[in-house]
Amino acid sequence: MSLSSSFEVDNLCNVDFNLMYLLVEFSTSADPSDDFRSAIGYAAKFSNIKVVLNGGQHITFLRPDGYFTFHKVPAGTHLIEVHALGYFFSPVRVDVSARHRGKVQATLTEIRRSLTELVLDPLRPEYYYEMREPFSPMAIVKSPMGLMVGFMVVVVFLMPKLMENIDPEEMKRTQEELRNQGVPSLSSLLPASR
Amino acid sequence: MLSAMWLLPYMILGGIAEALISVAQNEFFYSDQLPNSLSSVATTLSGLGMAAASLVSSWIVTATCRSWITEDIDEGHLDYYYWLMAALSLLNVVYFVWCSNSYDQNSPPSPDLLVSTCRGKHQRYIGKVKHAVFHTQKTGRKRVIVSTEQNVVASLDLRHGEIFWRHVLGTKDAIDGVDIALGKYVITLSSEGSTLRAWNLPDGQMVWETSLHSAQQSKSLLSVPINLKVDKDYPILVFGGGYLHAVSAVDGELIWKKDFTAEGFEVQRVLQTPGSSIVYVLGFIKSSEAVVYQIDSKSGEVVAEKSVVFPGGFSGEISSVSSDKVVVLDSTRSILVTIGFLDGDISFQQTRISDLVEDSGKAEILSPLLTNILAVKVNKRTVFVRVGGEGKLEVVDSLSDETAMSDSLPVADEQEAFASVHHEGSKIHLMVKLVDDLETVLLRESIQMDQHRGRVHKVFINNYIKTDRSNGFRALIVMEDHSLLLLQQGAIVWSREEGLASVTDVTIAELPVEKDGVSVAKVEHTLLDWLQGHVLKLKGTLLLASPEDVAAIQEMRMKSSGRSKLTRDHNGFRKLIIALTRAGKLFALHTGDGRIVWSMLLNSPNKFCERPSGISLYQWQVPHHHAMDENPSVLVVGRCGSDSSAPGVLSFVDVYTGKEISSSDIGHSVVQVMPLPYTDSTEQRLHLIADTNGHVHLYPKTSEALTIFQREFQNVYWYTVEADDGIIRGHAMKSSCSGETADEYCFTTRELWTVVFPSESEKIISTLTRKPNEVVHTQAKVNTDQDLLYKYVSRNLLFVATVSPKGAGEIGSVTPEESALVVYLIDTITGRILHRLSHQGCQGPVHAVFSENWVVYHYFNLRAHKYEVTVVEIYDQSRAENKNVWKLVLGKHNLTAPISSYSRTEVLTKSQSYFFAQSVKSIAVTSTAKGITSKQLLIGTIGDQILALDKRFVDPRRTLNPSQAEKEEGIIPLTDSLPIIPQAYVTHSLKVEGLRGIITAPAKLESTTHVFAYGVDLFYTRLAPSKTYDSLTDDFSYALLLITIVALVAAIYITWVLSEKKELSEKWR
Repeated sequence: MSLSSSFEVDNLCNVDFNLMYLLVEFSTSADPSDDFRSAIGYAAKFSNIKVVLNGGQHITFLRPDGYFTFHKVPAGTHLIEVHALGYFFSPVRVDVSARHRGKVQATLTEIRRSLTELVLDPLRPEYYYEMREPFSPMAIVKSPMGLMVGFMVVVVFLMPKLMENIDPEEMKRTQEELRNQGVPSLSSLLPASR
Repeated sequence: MLSAMWLLPYMILGGIAEALISVAQNEFFYSDQLPNSLSSVATTLSGLGMAAASLVSSWIVTATCRSWITEDIDEGHLDYYYWLMAALSLLNVVYFVWCSNSYDQNSPPSPDLLVSTCRGKHQRYIGKVKHAVFHTQKTGRKRVIVSTEQNVVASLDLRHGEIFWRHVLGTKDAIDGVDIALGKYVITLSSEGSTLRAWNLPDGQMVWETSLHSAQQSKSLLSVPINLKVDKDYPILVFGGGYLHAVSAVDGELIWKKDFTAEGFEVQRVLQTPGSSIVYVLGFIKSSEAVVYQIDSKSGEVVAEKSVVFPGGFSGEISSVSSDKVVVLDSTRSILVTIGFLDGDISFQQTRISDLVEDSGKAEILSPLLTNILAVKVNKRTVFVRVGGEGKLEVVDSLSDETAMSDSLPVADEQEAFASVHHEGSKIHLMVKLVDDLETVLLRESIQMDQHRGRVHKVFINNYIKTDRSNGFRALIVMEDHSLLLLQQGAIVWSREEGLASVTDVTIAELPVEKDGVSVAKVEHTLLDWLQGHVLKLKGTLLLASPEDVAAIQEMRMKSSGRSKLTRDHNGFRKLIIALTRAGKLFALHTGDGRIVWSMLLNSPNKFCERPSGISLYQWQVPHHHAMDENPSVLVVGRCGSDSSAPGVLSFVDVYTGKEISSSDIGHSVVQVMPLPYTDSTEQRLHLIADTNGHVHLYPKTSEALTIFQREFQNVYWYTVEADDGIIRGHAMKSSCSGETADEYCFTTRELWTVVFPSESEKIISTLTRKPNEVVHTQAKVNTDQDLLYKYVSRNLLFVATVSPKGAGEIGSVTPEESALVVYLIDTITGRILHRLSHQGCQGPVHAVFSENWVVYHYFNLRAHKYEVTVVEIYDQSRAENKNVWKLVLGKHNLTAPISSYSRTEVLTKSQSYFFAQSVKSIAVTSTAKGITSKQLLIGTIGDQILALDKRFVDPRRTLNPSQAEKEEGIIPLTDSLPIIPQAYVTHSLKVEGLRGIITAPAKLESTTHVFAYGVDLFYTRLAPSKTYDSLTDDFSYALLLITIVALVAAIYITWVLSEKKELSEKWR
């Protein structure tokens, strides 16, 4: 779980480090859907994961216990990327100090958080397929189309009921008033254009 | 009396229709169904339609049916009016049905991996096999472990050739050796002998990894003792980088190491005699002194050491013939030296090759490990030499043909056998002989090859015990075209087209047009079938389908779409992907199901050149689609040898049949091939080929082509990039070549301009131009405030990226202060630098894509220690006064005015940078038929996935708080990094292992583009960057539509009946 403090000294000007990290087991809280579990394969969980140093300079794989190691990394600033289908890992900036032997500082570049212990865990699971919504009658009713139909049904069956409640004499009076205002134009009579 | 209730069904229908159409229309226009540039136009167009309809309707009312509509409904004939409306609507319905029928119902397919022979087998590739180790001892699954030139280690099923597991190592992690240890681990040695890994044999999980110390370059050697298979005490011996290491096979622990760097000692052979812990290490010092160390394999102590100087010197190859003898060639390659090192004592014995065979030239020792037999290649003959007890050599056999041999393999009765394979015409002959007795042929088989695969390159044999207790043999052979075949009992059990793992160039070609009389797949069913099918689909959409139903739906879809037909389709979805591989083989893959339609191994017309290597691929002849009887053809440019000055070979291949029309040995080298924008009367495209002498050659060599070319002589320009010297040169044509060898198709050139980058501060790492055949729909871009920006669309723009020489190395090797990345946009006609942009504290590698008037490039920002993507868009300022949109619409603009590179146009560039969370291997951009559809960037990530990113995300006009107008235009608020949306991976949960390139090509349907990605795997899919706005999806449920209509009719009928009843009761009241 910690950086291996072993480093090899060939001659004084060339200090190479072994970077060793633990890739954390995928937390069960971020539970991927079933087809991801099969895509990654629970048994061969680690066998398809690649760890890349400096954009392809070195590629390494995970050991069964989740550890990975980059050997002979010179002092400087490096970038580690983890590629696992179904998960997104933040790239890790690793500063290997030239002066203080074995002093290594690691930072997650995506969320700008420095790592105290050298354990990488996925930022988030990745779902490559959009889940199809299951069919439900409520979804149809709730869609704009369904709402319109529902409103129409309400209007068709409730409006006559409302009409019945209106006093016939009052109705006649209003109609008289309307007629007195003038002849309605043709266009207002017609359900034009549509 | 006419009841007002009569209006009810009409109103209901109208209401439903309105609800349906307005929602659907809004979805269609605004939710990304149309390209962004079209959505607002389409909305207003539909409003225009409404306005026109209103006008027409009032005209109808006033002009034709005044008398029908009166104040009192009972007096007029309102029903006539509605009948008229109904008739018009019926016409409209007919028109609509006709329109929707013209739509094709093919859908974009679910992405599928291109597989070598048939769909569903899910085959991936591994590359050309270098080493193979069989694992057949146990009764379980029989497998073969292979390592390849593409740095793949894989376990293959020996019965079917399927991949159990595989790992693609890094590009610099070439595999030097592979073996099986302890019966359960696959051991690989890679990176010039500095990395040793063990993989679990059944599932490919890495068990341990050991980094070995290496101090110098040397050849590397992996030696897994035979004893190790039973006894764990013996270590794995590895030589590499000047050190000999002993590594425990159980956990990869380094047991001991021996430093040989001081003397310059090169280990040639490590011999571990069974039953003894003494290891003999034989090596040479400076190719002239043979040294034998006896090392205790448990402790690493040198027990004994002996060295003898050989005055003649050794050449590299060595053949170990027995546990205490090796044979080498001396430095003149004419003397065979047998070195015996029995008990740590060295003895030399020299034999002249001329004593063994007559007319001997320079000899070459072939690699196979044969006991007591040596294979030597002299004068294209393979000679078998037996090494006698005292180092005496005698010729026992010779083969005149080029033959590939396997290592020897112990068979029953302490004898060893080996296989030799040679090919003759379309047959290959496999022979298995006993090493001690070459007359005894254990197996002789002739196998008919189904296609031309060239010579046999490598043979690996394995034996098994037949039911009658005799020995059976299976042979794994690697052919010249990199294919891998398993031969057993006189037949090819399986084959893998591994050449496709090293695709170098790809072009996309049309399929033949469907001719009359050619039977079309039966489309018409009975109405019942049709209905049943749609009921099934309905079940599918309502998720009620059983698994059988789902299978039936799938099958139906496959059948109805006719995806694998070998004819052109209406939408341009079925095409041929022509892929040229490094082995010089051309494959045509069908986009529908990924099968290989034809394949062809390039032949050389030149007798001196065995097999040309393929370089690049060009569309040679693309007949206009009216010329049905002409077949299109492609031009394959090859080269005889690996040197760039080697003579080139041209081959013209018919795309439909895969037959070579002609091939020619052009007699000059090929540096650059330039397709010209001119074609001759037979639609052959003119090509210019530049050679190393600075001459260019015109093809095809016809007088017609010459006439066309001479007309355009002054207008042909090109450029060359000398990346090592940091110089870019522009050239123009000068005159015809002089000299006796030159013909009239050869021209000399003159240099127009040079751009020299200062070598102390800038080093060219990437250059890029636009794709020559890209279509640009509109040259103008309308801003939100109604003014225009004119895109600077020029075919002659070159994107160049340079970094400081210090920053040219790997990430981590340089500090931000030391490195700067500078990008240029250079006009290739005049050499004018249109734009220069410097990124301080950044470095490569740069991956870029250039399309229309923009460049998007990906690089590393050292200060933030993150990858960055920058977009640069270039606009033409000289036409900026044409700011009026109306001028553009009415055609009063000067877009058609010729643009000349010499008219020093003022350009305006806009750029913006974003962070990107991943390394990138390749970037491409989608291309569609007319260029209307909005574009997507296809980013091949380091994880071998392909991410589709909308161009809208890399738009320099993005701001932190876009105004309302900008939001409506689709401008996304600025964020500091580009989003990686997992659903936007076009590869979904698949990986294109070892991704190297992405190719896009337009389909005939404007919305759709073909995407082909190649690496170790191949991947093909069709993309619709703005969704398929121009076709219905395959999932469209006609049954649902039908049911809705039936329900509506029923509703109308019921309301009618109800209203009748009510009317009656009214009357009775």
